[in-house]
Amino acid sequence: MTPDPWAAARSGPEGTTRMNITRGFTGRPRVSDPGLPPGQYDAGDDWPVLSAEVTPDLAAADWTFRVDGLVERETTWTWDEAHALPASAYRGDIHCVTGWSKFGVRFGGVLLDAFLDAARPLPSATHAVAYSHTGYTANLPLADLTGGRAWIAWEYDGRPLDPEHGGPARLVVPHLYFWKSAKWIAGLRILDHDEPGFWERNGYHARGNPWQEQRYAGD
Amino acid sequence: MPATETVTGTFTPPTRFAVPGRIEVGSRAAGRWQTATLTAIRRETPRAATFRFAVPEWAGHLPGQHLMLRLTAEDGYTAQRHYSIASAPDDSGHIELTLDHVEGGEVSGWFHTVARPGDRVEVRGPLSGFFAWPGDRPALLIGAGSGVVPLMSMVRHHRARGLTVPLRLLVSARSPEELIYAREYGPETTPVLTRSAPEGVPVGRLTAAHLAPLMDDRPAGGWEAYVCGSNAFAEHASRLLVAAGQPVDRIRVERFG
Repeated sequence: MTPDPWAAARSGPEGTTRMNITRGFTGRPRVSDPGLPPGQYDAGDDWPVLSAEVTPDLAAADWTFRVDGLVERETTWTWDEAHALPASAYRGDIHCVTGWSKFGVRFGGVLLDAFLDAARPLPSATHAVAYSHTGYTANLPLADLTGGRAWIAWEYDGRPLDPEHGGPARLVVPHLYFWKSAKWIAGLRILDHDEPGFWERNGYHARGNPWQEQRYAGD
Repeated sequence: MPATETVTGTFTPPTRFAVPGRIEVGSRAAGRWQTATLTAIRRETPRAATFRFAVPEWAGHLPGQHLMLRLTAEDGYTAQRHYSIASAPDDSGHIELTLDHVEGGEVSGWFHTVARPGDRVEVRGPLSGFFAWPGDRPALLIGAGSGVVPLMSMVRHHRARGLTVPLRLLVSARSPEELIYAREYGPETTPVLTRSAPEGVPVGRLTAAHLAPLMDDRPAGGWEAYVCGSNAFAEHASRLLVAAGQPVDRIRVERFG
């Protein structure tokens, strides 16, 4: 049985049916795609850039990635050291809170688990703040960053990641809205509590699960 | 790079973020869909029009903020988009959006071909504080195309409140006909026309030469820069700003597809 993709759209926050039909609005042809979370549309070949800051001029040779905070061994990796870890790729979909989703993308890099296995988070660790070389931040539960669900990626479609898309390297956490996938990733601060990042302090949801349409605080 | 030790218990990354949030945003207003009733449509250019809505319970916004707008089809299909608010904050119970007619756009297409006064849509907001300008610090605004919309909210706010804090707007458009809000600009604004211009007015894209006099003229304490437009324009304008000496952590960038 195919799930009804519009069920969530029809029901209000209390689970009641709440239709506010817009006169004369038909919308684009219905694509009953079970891969499309509620309220999203397929961006096709587009890949909008929505960073709020100036794209940094960051060379791969100057890029570093650090895991610190509540870990047994605080560690910083250079570009070459990170590339010496086992390669891993993500092939699948990504979802932006502004409404677009992009199907079948391919990121190449290293699983975040490889870095965390080396740094070894303490038993008290529950959350992380991912931060960028620009100072951008995003908070995530540690559980969303482990178990083969998050990557440090430096390739897109087999080519070096563009600076405007986060190159030389970005975080990729594809099962959450893409603002969590911090561009120009510089490190993870491991914490025993949740601390809001940039968008989260600006009204956005603490976790950002697209399947539950957690766009804004309170969703 | 050394980790930053925190004194307050709140983690601060080693690099100061380029765009600290200007305001704390209440989640209550953003959490709720409200009905917005279209009251007027005003053509701005062949491609853009302004849509005025009555939103009786609008919580108020700051210039530069945006909202989420939702249309619902009869079968329950919905389409939602983020739009910048064009109007200055006031207590009229109305807000205005200026929308380009996007090729093949299901939402902007409805607005430009179907919508008429009396139609109802849904909005939630205002959203996001990072691009907001409360009217406190000197502001250098640079926009292209419909990227001028959130900046115009700032210009209108500046005028409506009679603010004395310096404010300048550089607005880029292909031609005078495509310059949104053309009749409203005053001495604070320098239009940049990229394809055609009236006799005697230069044609060409935004350059360092446009920025130089504004940077020379910067008030004590410098400008807060706000850049809005396509990604290509935003990249170009923000690079020019950095090259002209504007600190990178005082440039806010809002990009659209």
